[in-house]
Amino acid sequence: MNEEQKLNQFQARIDADEKIEPRDWMPDGYRKTLIRQMSQHAHSEVIGMQPEGNWVLRAPSLRAKKILLAKIQDEGGHGLYLYSATETLGIDRTEMIEQLQQGNAKYSSVFNYPTLNWADIGAIGWLVDGAAIVNQTMLAKCSYGPYSRAMLRICKEEGFHQRQGYEIMGKMMTGTQAQREMAQDAMNRWWWPALMMFGPHDSESAHSQESMKWKIKVESNDKLRQRFVNRTVEQAHHIGLTVPDPLLSYNKETLNWSFGPINWDEFWSIVKGNGPCNEQRMSHHIKYHNEGAWVREAALAFEENLTKKQTVSI
Amino acid sequence: MEKDNQFPQWEVFIQIKNGTPHEHAGSVHASDKKMALQNARDIYTRRNEGRSLWVVKTDDIAATSAEEEAEFFDPAEDKIYRTPNFYKMPKGSTNI
Ligand SMILES: [Fe+2]
Ligand SMILES: [Fe+2]
Repeated sequence: MNEEQKLNQFQARIDADEKIEPRDWMPDGYRKTLIRQMSQHAHSEVIGMQPEGNWVLRAPSLRAKKILLAKIQDEGGHGLYLYSATETLGIDRTEMIEQLQQGNAKYSSVFNYPTLNWADIGAIGWLVDGAAIVNQTMLAKCSYGPYSRAMLRICKEEGFHQRQGYEIMGKMMTGTQAQREMAQDAMNRWWWPALMMFGPHDSESAHSQESMKWKIKVESNDKLRQRFVNRTVEQAHHIGLTVPDPLLSYNKETLNWSFGPINWDEFWSIVKGNGPCNEQRMSHHIKYHNEGAWVREAALAFEENLTKKQTVSI
Repeated sequence: MEKDNQFPQWEVFIQIKNGTPHEHAGSVHASDKKMALQNARDIYTRRNEGRSLWVVKTDDIAATSAEEEAEFFDPAEDKIYRTPNFYKMPKGSTNI
């Protein structure tokens, strides 16, 4: 078969909603797009542990602390599922981590904002994980088998992340005046970054068309963003929070909440590295990665000894 | 700087409940068997999703490829006499 026939056959499989598996033939562009998107997704899970980790030692109760720890551990797990799913495309984890640390691979911009008060933990779970759920539920239907399966597993776990966040917000909104103000302040700071998580508008999105053709994405950025807004606005009103958007209004014809313009200059400036925490996130990652080097060396030395003695037993 | 070592890769198989087969869940990195089992537990069974785990080094798995799929499996293709519906039962026979 020549390239063109292979390509046609590949597209036919995609059109028939078949899943593509690691050893199947795939066009270079499909592999490259997946590696870029999946590794970026994995890095986001890992870097996303930092803003939340900031509050583990200051959680207001033992219950809150246990929940936050469990959530952060889940995010680490998501990173690992995603690294392993990406490795099926022929890149190894060492290389992906190198790309991240050298600034050649990105992670979601939303994690470059700081977590200033406890309500931020509520806002992240409710809004950031809420947006992630909308996106990941779509990705669970994507054409690449290992990615789709990782997404299914992740979606099952995300439900608790969003609910624990909304619980925090709901509790604070029935608290003192000061607590309500903290919750609203967190809402004001996280609302727009959460909307930006869906990426540029469809008309501006560089990779969208090809990704849709290959079913790496099955719904567009704007459609997903609208779904998130519709769900979330009502949840906000339900607990007495104001959405920080003077242009927000309900459209009775489309049954959608229409919203004001997104500040894309801010978005692109953070993507380019100028967000409030970009530097901190990366230097933290590099520092702890390097400080763990001796552990990895020791584990390898231990394994060599085991093999020498041939007494491997569990 | 020396290349960072992320350990060999292992494939993880989980038995969800008694009597069912072990199914592939994903992979982990680990320096030895014990670490591979512990990592697999922490990564794939944080919510009691399993009662038994297998890990095997990815390099030790032999697999067929999609390119050879047709050729590899075609010996089975023209042998429909291996299925019960191939046979015509005597008219009126029951419970067979
Ligand atoms: Fe996650
Ligand atoms: Fe999450």
